[in-house]
Amino acid sequence: MNTSASTSAGTSGEPAANPPSVVAAAEQLIDGWELVVGLEVHVELATKTKLFSASANRFGDEPNTHIDPVTLGLPGALPVLNRQAVELAMRLGLALNCRVQPCTFHRKNYFYPDLPKAYQVSQYDQPLNVDGFLTLPGDVRIGIERAHLEEDTGKSTHFGGTGGRIHGSDYSLIDFNRAGVPLVEIVSRPDIRTSEQAKQYVSELRAILLAVGASDAKMEEGSMRCDVNVSVHKPGTPFGTRCEIKNVNSIRAVGRAIDYEARRQIDIITSGGAIKQQTLHWDDAAGRTNVLRTKEDADDYRYFLEPDLVPLVPDAAWVERVRAALPPLPAARRASLATLTGQSKESEAVAVVVERGQDAYVVEVAKVGGDAARALVYVQQGFAQEPAAPRVPAGDLAALTLLEKNAKITATQAKTLLADLVAAGGGDVIAMAKSKGFEAMDSGTLEALVDAAIAADPDAWAKFKAGEQKAMGALVGAVMKSSKGKADGKAVSALLAAKAAE
Amino acid sequence: MSTAPRRSVVDVAAAVAGGTLTATHVLEENLAAIAAREKEIHAFNLVTTERARERAARIDADVKAGKNVGRLAGVTIALKDNMCTRGVETTCSSKILAGWKPPYDATVVRRLADEGAVFVGKTNLDEFAMGSSTENSAFGPTRNPLDTSRVPGGSSGGSAAAVAAGFATASFGSDTGGSIRQPAALCGLVGVKPTYGTVSRQGLVAFGSSLDQIGPFSTTVADAALLMEVIAGHDPLDSTSIPQPAPSLVNVLAQGVSGMRIGRITDMPEGSSPDVLARLEAAFDALRAAGATIVDVTMPSMSYGLTAYYLVAPAEASSNLARFDGVRYGLRVDAQDLNAMYGATRAAGFGDEVKRRIMLGTYALSAGYYDAYYGKALKVRRLIADDFAKAYEKCDVMLTPTSPTVAFKFGDKTSNPLAMYLCDTFTIPTNLAGHAAMSVPFGTGEAGLPVGVQVLAPALGEAAMFRVAAELERAS
Repeated sequence: MNTSASTSAGTSGEPAANPPSVVAAAEQLIDGWELVVGLEVHVELATKTKLFSASANRFGDEPNTHIDPVTLGLPGALPVLNRQAVELAMRLGLALNCRVQPCTFHRKNYFYPDLPKAYQVSQYDQPLNVDGFLTLPGDVRIGIERAHLEEDTGKSTHFGGTGGRIHGSDYSLIDFNRAGVPLVEIVSRPDIRTSEQAKQYVSELRAILLAVGASDAKMEEGSMRCDVNVSVHKPGTPFGTRCEIKNVNSIRAVGRAIDYEARRQIDIITSGGAIKQQTLHWDDAAGRTNVLRTKEDADDYRYFLEPDLVPLVPDAAWVERVRAALPPLPAARRASLATLTGQSKESEAVAVVVERGQDAYVVEVAKVGGDAARALVYVQQGFAQEPAAPRVPAGDLAALTLLEKNAKITATQAKTLLADLVAAGGGDVIAMAKSKGFEAMDSGTLEALVDAAIAADPDAWAKFKAGEQKAMGALVGAVMKSSKGKADGKAVSALLAAKAAE
Repeated sequence: MSTAPRRSVVDVAAAVAGGTLTATHVLEENLAAIAAREKEIHAFNLVTTERARERAARIDADVKAGKNVGRLAGVTIALKDNMCTRGVETTCSSKILAGWKPPYDATVVRRLADEGAVFVGKTNLDEFAMGSSTENSAFGPTRNPLDTSRVPGGSSGGSAAAVAAGFATASFGSDTGGSIRQPAALCGLVGVKPTYGTVSRQGLVAFGSSLDQIGPFSTTVADAALLMEVIAGHDPLDSTSIPQPAPSLVNVLAQGVSGMRIGRITDMPEGSSPDVLARLEAAFDALRAAGATIVDVTMPSMSYGLTAYYLVAPAEASSNLARFDGVRYGLRVDAQDLNAMYGATRAAGFGDEVKRRIMLGTYALSAGYYDAYYGKALKVRRLIADDFAKAYEKCDVMLTPTSPTVAFKFGDKTSNPLAMYLCDTFTIPTNLAGHAAMSVPFGTGEAGLPVGVQVLAPALGEAAMFRVAAELERAS
């Protein structure tokens, strides 16, 4: 769905339509207050080199090994824009249904030791990608205002003193490996109305980033970072004053920080106070926000056009090449996997398998004759540690789905075989089933075992016949035991039900 | 009064490559002149004697061995001390960069070296190229070799003085608002400000990034043409570099000016001294006599150039010079916390003029003032470009004085920044428009001091500009 929407938005040359003003459903209000959330997400692009120099873009290496005159802001060094970074940023913009436009770079001026030039090269009033949207489960559209290119700063570590802050520390060390790494900042419109939607937004954005290969999007390594803007108001009145929360480093923290901040703001307003525009710091351990700075002492960044770079005008052919090369996006992949397997596109199995990128594998299993619904469950449950392209040949997994589907083995036995199959990286499942002595019992043998169980526990049988479903467990358990696990639990239940109805 | 030999680039390169003169001989002449007069002139922040001798010896050996030695074999060159030279101190005549040795060469430096040039040293300048007299150097002023009671102009005063005093065959400066052309005029030299984007800025310590260009000082127009051919042309390391090869200039010099249209600006800003205006008239006469037509043009926005420049250039400078923060290189004055260290370092490291311009520029870009100052300056910049475009519909090049006066005395303008800024009235509009211009010596004025005539040309109009400059040289 996203794919077709992005195509139509782009070929017409028109900006994607903004979603209608989003209003929270009554059950989403908090004591009558509506939450309004916008997200600013920074992602590091998975380029070979930095945004403006040839140093490697690599995380986790020895500090200050990927540096050069441009990275360090040495006098006389000039930036040269990385084409791959532009292409990945465009790819992401197109995946977010944005319009790609001619754009410029600005300098954002401020002093800090890990900002080598004392300005960050970023995009200001003419960003690369504008006016897109992202669709959440339940077809909720969240507008994307812009997704622009900028450079990352170095990383400071402060030693001594309190709380890892520069003020009061004994000394600080800076690693410039990260300085100049290309970032895209994705700014949403304030269309998010619940903390759950915010989490879904980050999760969906992450899935898109992975799908298009724009970033590894690892929140724990900082290659994806969220700033959350939160305000509250009564529905039908203007938006409230917003606060920006920084340092929100996991999807779970996004939800917690929003819930905490909404409650804090509502409590202030309802006790007669007013919200001050502030930048807050999320303390995940303490589960609360702290004030970093208020609007009055905000920096004046003195933005102006970066004179060392020329305007970036991606030609139409380039944009179309990038668009044509876009892989199917998560929403579309979830929809087609749901259709194939007969599941809801919001189901966890569908979401998990698509996120792992194993949906193509499920399709392949179905293609070679396997049962798609069972394949989905097997992959969800058994392939968590497997790569997007699992080692188990599709044909082997297809054979396993058929064994279970055709009642040659029980669900329990299938689970055991699945584990063996994954551990071995494939195998002849029929031979494996035989060697384990797995075979579904013929109905005569099974019925005899059921009868024996009823005879052995007349009490339970009486209770079950009287409608006590709990009593069934004891009888099924007895049959499983007497069959040494070879009986199919579902078949036993069905047989018991049939006998009770006689 | 100078007794040093004044050799031309063209002659030296031909003679050294041809084996009739050694690079070592040329260099030793320069070093002898330096020994005799540098103490008095102070053209250099650093003379790289040993490196230069090694390099000259290598070139002489290569000539003997029959190797290709390049188009500038043995040509001695002085570099303004804001161009990065690998392993050689590059200070911008500022205490904040004293001792800093770049790990790389500027593209211009590399191109010159590749053609066999011999670098004599790094020349003095107004700190970070901010000034018109070289009196703003943290290491003391440079004196005009033609009259040591007078300034050599600025900011590339050291580069101009080095050539005028025979310390080098040619030199290079940078021109943000006139910093090559004005000292060239005041020292009796040819000085070129190329079209923006013609010469790579990679390795030039930035002052006003959208205005800065590197260009040559030489004793002849032909020398300047050859030097331009060597340094110009696309550089992938500078994103503002025009993707074109260097222009052919040497072979246009003999073409004359017959049929060319020379613009005379009827509403030129006032304030030039009569001796300078007399030489400008003589230049028009000479070109007319050589077959050119003189046409009247107007440049109504020209007089606003100075004001616009003193917003645009300081704004960019305030950002460009923010990196000198004591964290990674250069001077650091320790203090009790980060902000105090920044303050103490920059207070001790920068001179008054640099501080003045950083404050001007910061103010011009500040929230609430941007539109009234920086924003408006950008509009004026556009107006000037529009006026130039209209004028160039009627003419091929225009002539103005380079400087309103001949070289002035030390201290004449230091107490009045505005008077100093007015030195650049005629040169600044070219930088704002990104066009080409050069100063050509054309006789003398008051006190027998040289007067420079400025030839203005549109973007990439270097060939026409050099034809006119060569004609003026023939007529002077």
